[in-house]
Amino acid sequence: MKQVIKGNHAVAQGVRLSRVEVISAYPITPQTTIVEELSEICASGKLDAKFIKVESEHSAMAAVVGSSTAGVRSFTATSSQGLLLMHEVLHWSAGAGLPIVLANVNRAVAPGWNIWADQTDSLAQRDTGWIQFYCESNQEVLDSVIMSYRLAEQIMVPVMLTYDAFFLSHTSEIVDVPEPDEADAFLPPYVPNSKLDVDHPRAFGGLISPDLYFEGRYAVHHNTLKALDVYPQVCKEFSGAFGRDYDIVEEYETEDADVIAVTAGTITSVTRIAVNSLREKGHKVGLMKLRLFRPVPTERWRQVLGKTSKVVVIDRNLTAGLGGVFASEIQAALYAMETRPSIIPVVAGLGGRDVTPEDVEGIFNYALTHDRPTQKPLFWGLKE
Amino acid sequence: MQRTFDIPRELMTDQELLQPGVLSCQGCGASLAMKLALKGLGKRTVIVIPACCWTIIIGVYPYSALQVPVIHVPFETAAVVASGIRAAFDARGEKDVVVMAWAGDGGTFDIGLQALSGAAERNDDILYVCYDNEAYMNTGIQRSSATPLGAWTTTTPADSIKGEPKKDLEKIMLAHGVPYLATLSVAYPDDAVRKFQKARTITGTKFFHLLSPCPPGWRIDPAESIRTTRMATLAKVFPLYEVENGRVDISVQPQREITVKEYVETQGRFRQITDKMVDMLQQNVDKKWDELIEQSGKAVS
Repeated sequence: MKQVIKGNHAVAQGVRLSRVEVISAYPITPQTTIVEELSEICASGKLDAKFIKVESEHSAMAAVVGSSTAGVRSFTATSSQGLLLMHEVLHWSAGAGLPIVLANVNRAVAPGWNIWADQTDSLAQRDTGWIQFYCESNQEVLDSVIMSYRLAEQIMVPVMLTYDAFFLSHTSEIVDVPEPDEADAFLPPYVPNSKLDVDHPRAFGGLISPDLYFEGRYAVHHNTLKALDVYPQVCKEFSGAFGRDYDIVEEYETEDADVIAVTAGTITSVTRIAVNSLREKGHKVGLMKLRLFRPVPTERWRQVLGKTSKVVVIDRNLTAGLGGVFASEIQAALYAMETRPSIIPVVAGLGGRDVTPEDVEGIFNYALTHDRPTQKPLFWGLKE
Repeated sequence: MQRTFDIPRELMTDQELLQPGVLSCQGCGASLAMKLALKGLGKRTVIVIPACCWTIIIGVYPYSALQVPVIHVPFETAAVVASGIRAAFDARGEKDVVVMAWAGDGGTFDIGLQALSGAAERNDDILYVCYDNEAYMNTGIQRSSATPLGAWTTTTPADSIKGEPKKDLEKIMLAHGVPYLATLSVAYPDDAVRKFQKARTITGTKFFHLLSPCPPGWRIDPAESIRTTRMATLAKVFPLYEVENGRVDISVQPQREITVKEYVETQGRFRQITDKMVDMLQQNVDKKWDELIEQSGKAVS
């Protein structure tokens, strides 16, 4: 049924449809309305889940480590500082191979306090072993919750879906909310291979020697890479059931493009407008939207970006002393290509500063007119 | 007043759920404490172990000395992981399974206190056991907020022994209104087993503070481990009592009374303690014992 809902409500509806059994969360702006709606959904009996209202995000993540190890489908949601506080337990849950799903509203990191859109929070977790999906619309947010459980439980790797603060979390859009039986047909109940079980006692996560730790970590890496094969199947089934397609990356006007912009999150929508406008003016520009990040879809990136001679990566995040994270990752992924495009790294829109279609047109124009891009990132719109 | 040694033995499991091969030091109280816990709790128990001596004692992967399910968790998360498991077992309909968090004093008094407070405030149906050896022993004897006044550790060295009294954790936990709180000692095994059995029958957050000797950290002969620990109760440094729904009961009335001085003299860790500090310890002990006697048999909260 089509409803007009905000991104945070889309998450809550996705959790309801996924028949999550244990939820644990701590409120933080702009994630709060997820927690509120889930509380109501649980209280009204629309979802038969235990909701543990913990005293911190660190504990929220730790609680679902417990419930997931006990073999039940578990969920948490956070943002920014909360995600940073979870960091230790993010490593733990991925290392333990727990199929937890986490919704993160991308919000800037303090100081100073800033509650607006910025992807530094989730990108700072890229080494934790979590799969990440960057979403562009509220429909994609809802669908990603359900798809994330399918993927996570198939390969035993936790999945984080992320979306921009306010641009999605608090913006209403038309969302086609699946019926419960449709969601059930796509997402069967979770049946763990091993769990905390008094009849079959096992110890989880204990002391391990150098003789075996290495292989354990390789297994985590190997399981994460499985997403590259399994996720396309999940997509295909989802598309068959619901008619909506979410590829690892999305291409827009890339075939003959002189410049391809790479974006993640809501800047993608703005960039589509800029691409249309520049195409009308006769400029051959295109767009690659990043959706799956971790594992790095190296082959897909090479296949798409190999079509052009120039790539401009727009990062709404910053790792101080380097630049944007996506630019650095794409540079690394493309380095081994025999002929590879030049890459122009651009940092824009930190802390929720608006990035308009005109801004992106300006970025494209910069890329079109500069042949030898500098390694240094271009800080678009930086005030002198 | 509850007498000791009147434990209903027919309730005690014959099963040895703690297997041989544990990696504890000689005279370690922590492995004995686990044996007593599982004697009382039985097989339908899940154990949550944060970073602590038991991380090592249980054995190295792929071995585990315990015949019950165990999850190892980050240092500060024992209580809340137990809460998460409780929620999952309730969802699975296995309400009879006891979920026990098993943490040291560092993981309880210090880094784990926030998560413990959260679980106790929610009154989650878990059993939280702090086996207290009065310092960070696993990392090589550093002071914690459970280290007693006047004790040497590697971070309170001889020239600067610990000048602050031990944190009064029982008061903190009782302020949360937990339905059952008890102090236990490996030197009084029957009392300990009885309390674990009782914990099984109570819904809500159960908090156990268990004194567990550490011969290397206390600077005692491993052979003296239990005798020294018993002296802590005889000297009323570590009185054994329980508080059920606010009602206080002394569990073990010392058969003979000794002074704090006699207790600290048995341990190398107190070698640098001053007479003034011993007096302070004795005054604290006397005050708390008087409070206990006063409260005994009465509801305090």
